[in-house]
Amino acid sequence: MHAGLSCPEGVCRSMTETTPTGRTSNSARTTAPSSTFRKQFSRQLTETAAGIGLGDLVDKAMGGGRPAIVPRESLAGTTLWSVIGIMTFLACLTLGSVLMVSDTARTWQSDISREVTIQIVPLENVDMEEALGRAVEIAEAASGIVGTRTLNWDATTRLLEPWLGDNLQPGDLPVPRLITVEIDPDSRPDFASLQQELERNVPGAMLDDHRTWVDRLTAMANTTVWAGFAILGLVLAATCLTVIFATRGALAGNRQIVEVLHFVGAEDSFIAQQFQRHFFALALRGVALGGIAALILFYMLSIWVSASIATPQGDQTAAFFGQFVLPGHGYFWLAVTSFSIAVLTAITARYAVHSYLNQVHEVGADTA
Amino acid sequence: MISFENVGLRYGEGEEVLRDLSFDIGPDTFQFLTGPSGAGKTSLLRILFLAMRPTRGVAKVFDHDVSQIAKPDLPMLRRRIGIVFSDFRLLDHLTTYENVALPLRVRGRDERTYKQDVLDLLDWVSLGHRTDSYPPILSGGEKQRAAIARALIEKPDLLLADEPTGNVDPPLARRLLRLFIELQRSGTSVVIATHDLALMDQYDARRLVLSGGRMQIYD
Repeated sequence: MHAGLSCPEGVCRSMTETTPTGRTSNSARTTAPSSTFRKQFSRQLTETAAGIGLGDLVDKAMGGGRPAIVPRESLAGTTLWSVIGIMTFLACLTLGSVLMVSDTARTWQSDISREVTIQIVPLENVDMEEALGRAVEIAEAASGIVGTRTLNWDATTRLLEPWLGDNLQPGDLPVPRLITVEIDPDSRPDFASLQQELERNVPGAMLDDHRTWVDRLTAMANTTVWAGFAILGLVLAATCLTVIFATRGALAGNRQIVEVLHFVGAEDSFIAQQFQRHFFALALRGVALGGIAALILFYMLSIWVSASIATPQGDQTAAFFGQFVLPGHGYFWLAVTSFSIAVLTAITARYAVHSYLNQVHEVGADTA
Repeated sequence: MISFENVGLRYGEGEEVLRDLSFDIGPDTFQFLTGPSGAGKTSLLRILFLAMRPTRGVAKVFDHDVSQIAKPDLPMLRRRIGIVFSDFRLLDHLTTYENVALPLRVRGRDERTYKQDVLDLLDWVSLGHRTDSYPPILSGGEKQRAAIARALIEKPDLLLADEPTGNVDPPLARRLLRLFIELQRSGTSVVIATHDLALMDQYDARRLVLSGGRMQIYD
């Protein structure tokens, strides 16, 4: 029997009078002195229970797991995990997009650190091939230049083919010629002096380091990244608010349980844990759905990009916007984000419960 | 153990429902709290159970001023008090066993350390055959006994029972009374709130009679 609670003599007799089983151990309860009764009662009850298989029966009835103090059915679970799933999907889409744009911006910045272009505009009385050769000599003589590549007429016409067709002949139009200059990113040349040298010796030559164009694109990309993070923050905030509303609804729906827990001496942390456990389980279900859906979507996108990369449209898209494929580490971060949303849900639920319980902190409000 | 000095209680701006209550409840004592409906019995029990602060006077429970008790201290003090509500307040989704074991579960005890105690206690209150039954299918008397078992499982220093015999037939009421008397003899102070005169006549105990918010004490 319970360490501090003996079955008082007399009471046992009075109570066991109503016991339908009429067990033989009852006689011991009614005759033993209170001090010794406890041991006798406990021993005999154990023996009796074992004798009739009650212990096993109760064990089976109880099962291995403990029933939840807060019933799962009371939490509007399907609605909540569906919302969390949608929020997780949106968060993953946002984060994936941010990672792709960020990756593309990095590629642009990397490109500008590796290449510049010398453009020579055709002028009267200037031999273009000679001007190209002189520009190459000047470029290769400068420090920090790894190499040059002159776009011949065929390559130049291919570049212009989408706009001017495939019948462009030399002399038809004053088409500028290009020299791609590969530079050493670790030892960048002095672009200003190179520009001056070209202007002095090659009429019509201009050095284009793409900086203005790429700076604009990078600024746009960075803006997109920050906007993405802002959207991600809003999605997470909306998730938290949803969980707070759901938790408050669950608390209101389980007010009697909270009251009972209070009057049996439960601490706030114990009560919060009961709700937190449920919400974490619900959130795991939701983030699994939303996260996996997002991962599948990005994977399908990568397959589509791979399939279209050999087409002219794919080449043009890739030239402007990069591969638009979620980088490898992106899948890891999507998984981390999904799990974080589950953890965030549990923490938010715990916070909401504590907040609610603090509101009923006033003696008289919690169990009245 | 319990000490009230000029305690008054009012709800909002209404009239006082308890007025100038001054009394003590010592250890190992038994008392009936009685009075007509609306006399303030339940309000007084709420103060005793730390569910309400008095609006004036000094109410001390286990030497703690009820008006000054900090929130972190409430659970530990409540664990020394067993309470039986007139409406039982059993959790319908838990079995009788789980309801009775609830106070031990919230204390973080390992079930293996108390399972047998709970089963013994259920057997003691003649609910051994109802361990895995849910409250909705229990009779009023069985619910009452389950609520009592839950209040007793941790051998409280103070037992508060609000109309504990209100849902049982007279023979069972007598048996429950004997249970409370024996509990008091084993070291628990017992306060039984009732207006069942027949029940009170069965045991010569101190009577705290509330009427119009004031208390008369008959030792």
